[in-house]
Amino acid sequence: MDILTALLQGLPGFGGMSDQGLFITGAAVMATLMFTVMALCAIVFTWMERKVAGFIQSRYGPMRTGRWHGWAQAVADMLKILGKEDIIPAEADKGLFVFAPLVVLLGSLLAWVAVPWAPGFVAADLDLGLFFIFAASSMVVIGILMAGWASNNKWALYGAARGAAQMVSYEIPLALATIPVIMHVGSLNTQDIVIAQQGGIWHWFILRDPFLFVAFWMYFIASIAETNRGPFDMPETESELVAGYHTEYTGMRFAFFFLAEYANLFLVSLIAVFVFLGGWWSPIPGLDFAPALTFVIKGILMVFLNMWVRWTLPRVRVDQLMYLCWKVMIPVTLLCIVGSGILMITSGAVG
Amino acid sequence: MSFEGLPIGTAAKKRSFREKLYFPEILRGLGVTIRHLLHNILHTADMPTMQYPEEKRVYSDRFRGRHRLMKREDGSPRCVACQMCSTACPADCIDIVAAEHPDPSIEKYPATFDIDLLRCVYCGLCEEACPCDAIRMDTGIYEIAADKRSSFLVDKEFLLNNTTDGTL
Repeated sequence: MDILTALLQGLPGFGGMSDQGLFITGAAVMATLMFTVMALCAIVFTWMERKVAGFIQSRYGPMRTGRWHGWAQAVADMLKILGKEDIIPAEADKGLFVFAPLVVLLGSLLAWVAVPWAPGFVAADLDLGLFFIFAASSMVVIGILMAGWASNNKWALYGAARGAAQMVSYEIPLALATIPVIMHVGSLNTQDIVIAQQGGIWHWFILRDPFLFVAFWMYFIASIAETNRGPFDMPETESELVAGYHTEYTGMRFAFFFLAEYANLFLVSLIAVFVFLGGWWSPIPGLDFAPALTFVIKGILMVFLNMWVRWTLPRVRVDQLMYLCWKVMIPVTLLCIVGSGILMITSGAVG
Repeated sequence: MSFEGLPIGTAAKKRSFREKLYFPEILRGLGVTIRHLLHNILHTADMPTMQYPEEKRVYSDRFRGRHRLMKREDGSPRCVACQMCSTACPADCIDIVAAEHPDPSIEKYPATFDIDLLRCVYCGLCEEACPCDAIRMDTGIYEIAADKRSSFLVDKEFLLNNTTDGTL
């Protein structure tokens, strides 16, 4: 944001602008940028997901739209979705029904503002950055519950109830797994977290100590559950619930859910990257010539890991899902916090 | 009724410690999928999928496709309307109306020779029954498509003039 305001000040038209004006213009530019990145990642990742799924299952995936390997398939799908009839069920709660996709989208969009793309390049350099991200993405749960309830449909309601139970539960290990890192950094500011990992792959938090290594995998598992993707896609189990909370949604409103799902997928991957995997730092020190690119490439690799897991494992049962969260992951993450803390004290990192 | 010999209940298989840990088995599963992924990316041609309209499967020369009627040297049908094929046909899809041939050395000729391609089971018994090799199924055409049912009822003229295209 500061960089952007400085940049804007340098432009001929913006020189005489007041600080407030500069701030608002900068925020507008950032918001547009974020939304574009979000929409773009939905398009790129749907294509990537289909290709990964296809190649894993020994088939091609999309091949027709666009010349090369169906690259335009996701674009065509988006256009199709935009052209669809917008249906609101007669018995639905209309206000909630219309509002829910916006809440879901807002929840994931808000969280993007604290993502540190490059040194100094973050939409909002918040002191409580990481906390803000988790807080903002919790709004998605409300949106999902609203959607399920407003649809007035048994499947949608079941899906929403499952989704809420799952996401509320998995937010705990998700946040707890990042606490050892926060203890090491001593700050929730996303820029500070990345700066603390400077200097090669062995300075990344994932390899700092064994507890952080475990914490990373706990974060990864929780993040799959948090984005409602397989093997934890209980809210949309198509064999039981048709499509879960978005059963009744069509057209643009469905596109919002879709967009939010893939934006969330990229978001949790980016969080994993900047919290555990060194953010914009390259694995070999001295090769940091394109920080934002490094950051995004690492994020895409994490997304790939997510897809790889999704197309490998079968879906778990609801009770297994809850067992995993409350009886395995929360104790393990708590242990990671304690263990990492003890290691910090014994190594003399804290006084 | 005796239940002897039947499995009692569906008790889960006892898991070993390694399996109870889950992670080794999950990693093994991930290994399988990444092997498939890499193999399929590096050897795309090995995948069983074919890009159908552009790429077609090569069938044996003996593949039974859509029928055709053979001609004599003068262009008239070789068929003598003996009804052997329509008798042999298990799907009863061949309809022949015989008529007297102007040439006294040939007894009959088919006034009409209709095949209902929707009823045909492509068994090839008509070919085998034919005493004068008048009907063959060697065109290799299997993409038979039309936009109305009546188009699938093909007549003598159609069967005599082989079209390479499947569209009716």
